[in-house]
Amino acid sequence: MNDHYDVLIIGGGPGGAMAGKAVAEAGLSCCIIEKRPAIGTPVRCAEGVGQEIYDFIDLDPKWVSARIQSAELVAPNGQVIELSSEMAGNEVGYVLDRKMFDRELIWRAANAGSDVYVKTRAVDAIVEDGAVKGARVEYAGEIRNISAKIVIAADGVESKFARWCGIDTTVPMNELETCVQYLMTDIDIDSSVNVFYLGNEMAPEGYVWIFPKGERTANVGIGISGKKCKDGSRPKDYLDRFVQEKFPKGKIIELIVGGVSACRPLRSTVANGLMIVGDAARVSDPLTGGGIINAMYTGKLAGEVAAECIKEGNLTAAVLKKYDTIWRESAMGKGIERNYQIKEIMIRLSDQKMDSILSSVQKMDLEVIGTKEIVRELIKYNPWLLKEMSNLKKILG
Amino acid sequence: MLSIRREICGYCGACVSVCPEGALELIDAYLTVDADRCRDCGICARVCPLGALEVADERSL
Ligand SMILES: Cc1cc2nc3c(=O)[nH]c(=O)nc-3n(C[C@H](O)[C@H](O)[C@H](O)COP(=O)(O)OP(=O)(O)OC[C@H]3O[C@@H](n4cnc5c(N)ncnc54)[C@H](O)[C@@H]3O)c2cc1C
Repeated sequence: MNDHYDVLIIGGGPGGAMAGKAVAEAGLSCCIIEKRPAIGTPVRCAEGVGQEIYDFIDLDPKWVSARIQSAELVAPNGQVIELSSEMAGNEVGYVLDRKMFDRELIWRAANAGSDVYVKTRAVDAIVEDGAVKGARVEYAGEIRNISAKIVIAADGVESKFARWCGIDTTVPMNELETCVQYLMTDIDIDSSVNVFYLGNEMAPEGYVWIFPKGERTANVGIGISGKKCKDGSRPKDYLDRFVQEKFPKGKIIELIVGGVSACRPLRSTVANGLMIVGDAARVSDPLTGGGIINAMYTGKLAGEVAAECIKEGNLTAAVLKKYDTIWRESAMGKGIERNYQIKEIMIRLSDQKMDSILSSVQKMDLEVIGTKEIVRELIKYNPWLLKEMSNLKKILG
Repeated sequence: MLSIRREICGYCGACVSVCPEGALELIDAYLTVDADRCRDCGICARVCPLGALEVADERSL
């Protein structure tokens, strides 16, 4: 490990890996540090992604567990709505194997020339004259100072690095989805369909998911609002009830826990010498909880902008701001804001109201399966929604 | 006082993200609390997916 790098990246998830690859490809020196002893494990994810994955990488069966052809929404009253893509035979998404996928991304960063250190933890930020200058790092039981022109904080939901730099990254309790998931096998599922269960009895301010991982195997999980979580009604309690009823004979071969933020992104994702990406920047989707693609997108973009700014020799927040502006104006940035507002509406709906909205449709053929398309389709059958929820129209643009 | 039940904790970091004081730290496979910073607010105990955290004297939330 060198004492100095052009860019130091905290965290070896998809955000950090994509940033590292972009910086190294621009010909600058770069180091990714990851506090866990292995990249990609333990998994904290349901591993579902949409077609946007193609914007970043070509699919490889090595890290694709299942190819998804349609989705099912199960209303609180049990009614099933089938969502499929108009284009026959089209895949609408994938369930990844993140143990392999995250490794692949890190391998690509390393191959591009980035250094990578595992079991190496940032313990503090080095801040001088109001600018981030590096990190204090614990490596093999020793604390070292690593200086860098720019630090990219890609440290996931915990997001401590930005906090050490003076940025409040606290997720409000009611906007933290607290999750438990079982990787289950020997269960009756359709291995090409993602299933989502809605309802306050099932998963208050969240949902239960079944994401196939292959034949008779799936990620079966739940996320609920932190506000709804307490002794006796923790996500594990809800999930155990669900599994007991739905898959009483299934076998649980992995326990996965985690939190995902459903708040708005940080007000600023840059400071002097600092850029914040992925979950650390709170850019996971507030409605779905999806954050893999958003972390990859912001990571890559931050790496590119960091390299540009270093070559130009200006590392102030005002210049790095370009990164912040680009992602906010991107389809991802706009989608986050839209889905935040849809979430705010959804969590206020009673089960009865949700049932009545969903009862209007049995099947949706959509061009692409996305929240915007689903909401649009629901409004077609429930025009009163627009009147009652006046800002829906604005949200959908 | 916050107590961490290591036999239940899944070291996922959900608690770290909601701590307003930055008092929690996940060191790879175990969670630590900085007793000087922790104000026993109990938010971490509320959101824990597994129920691994407990504040002896939880303030009303
Ligand atoms: C239960 C659950 C289900 C989910 N399901 C989906 C899904 O189906 N689809 C989807 O798109 N998203 C899903 N997500 C969200 C998704 O997992 C995240 O958005 C994604 O992993 C974010 O990537 P990242 O690179 O920002 O952070 P992470 O992947 O969390 O990587 C951050 C890394 O930083 C490391 N780190 C932290 N602090 C330090 C430090 N001080 N020093 C060194 N390293 C550090 C961590 O160990 C970690 O490896 C889910 C999340 C949860 C919890």
